[in-house]
Amino acid sequence: MAMKIDENVFVSNLDALASWVRKHSLWPMPFATACCGIELMATASSRYDISRFGSEAMRFSPRQCDVMIVAGRVVMKMVPVMQRIWLQMPEPKWCISMGACASSGGVFDTYAVVQGIDRFIPVDVYVPGCPPRPEQLIRAVLDLQEKIQATGTLNAREFDKRTAYEGPGDLVKQLPRGSVVVAPGDYRTGTKVHH
Amino acid sequence: MAANYLVPLQLKFGDTLRSEEFRDNHRVIVPAEKIIDVLKVLKEQFGFNMLCDLAGIDYLGYPDATDRYGIVYSLTNTNTSERLFVKTYVNDPDPELPTATNLWIGADWMEREIYDMFGVTFSGHPDLRRILLPSEFTSYPLRKDYPLRGFGERHNFEKLIRSEG
Repeated sequence: MAMKIDENVFVSNLDALASWVRKHSLWPMPFATACCGIELMATASSRYDISRFGSEAMRFSPRQCDVMIVAGRVVMKMVPVMQRIWLQMPEPKWCISMGACASSGGVFDTYAVVQGIDRFIPVDVYVPGCPPRPEQLIRAVLDLQEKIQATGTLNAREFDKRTAYEGPGDLVKQLPRGSVVVAPGDYRTGTKVHH
Repeated sequence: MAANYLVPLQLKFGDTLRSEEFRDNHRVIVPAEKIIDVLKVLKEQFGFNMLCDLAGIDYLGYPDATDRYGIVYSLTNTNTSERLFVKTYVNDPDPELPTATNLWIGADWMEREIYDMFGVTFSGHPDLRRILLPSEFTSYPLRKDYPLRGFGERHNFEKLIRSEG
């Protein structure tokens, strides 16, 4: 039974449609801890205007966001906070690691600074630079849009398969686990410290 | 500016009290057991009414050093803007000093910071616990025998995987 389809009607699958809608309306959660945060603010300004790409609606509540932009160095006391914020964001969600410090610890190779947030939360796009220029962050948003279009599904089921740790291996200089027991809380307790 | 406090101090506390001077930088070096008495005299009789800062130094491996930790009290006379550094030394295994919170309440957090970073305890302190590092932390990171990259403290966290959130 042949049926003629009208002009201006497009056929697609629902996943692609959902991804297409989603990628042009990303709501960033600005997790800005250092100078990269200033560049993040500049990216939202009228000069660089991240709203041209649909992600200008920055919200300071993780429950309203779907992209966490970690901008700046993350110290060990901040990791449980970051994990908690990440878990509070509704699916589907993505993470941009902005700048050298968030991606690798940068120059801060000390006892207090985490050597890359991807050791503790999943990261989708890394932005190099110290700090990156706003154009680089916009490029990262565009890359993320591409990734969402390529992998996204309607009900975010593409994440279900990723059950293994995807971050980098242990540092060469890292001492074996358990040699010293120091765990300043976890994401369940947030900033609360046990005595 | 003539250091008018020095002679009276030495009369009162004897020769154990040394003084050094470099340009306008005046220092008094005091044995640990006399530190609070000296600070009290300086505050009450010579007008050094403000404790600007409290600093710690680890002399491990330092050439010709005889003591392990140096604690420096940075005092200011707010009427004359005169400054004075009072220094004392403590040693392992139990570096301990009496608290200065009875003289300056502002010494509270400063002494907690010294305790946090160097492990020097201050007896009589009202609330001596870590101020910057998490209370589970077991080392004192500004000691010279603490490795720059730590003992793995920055990696003892749960790893979140994608399917969990």
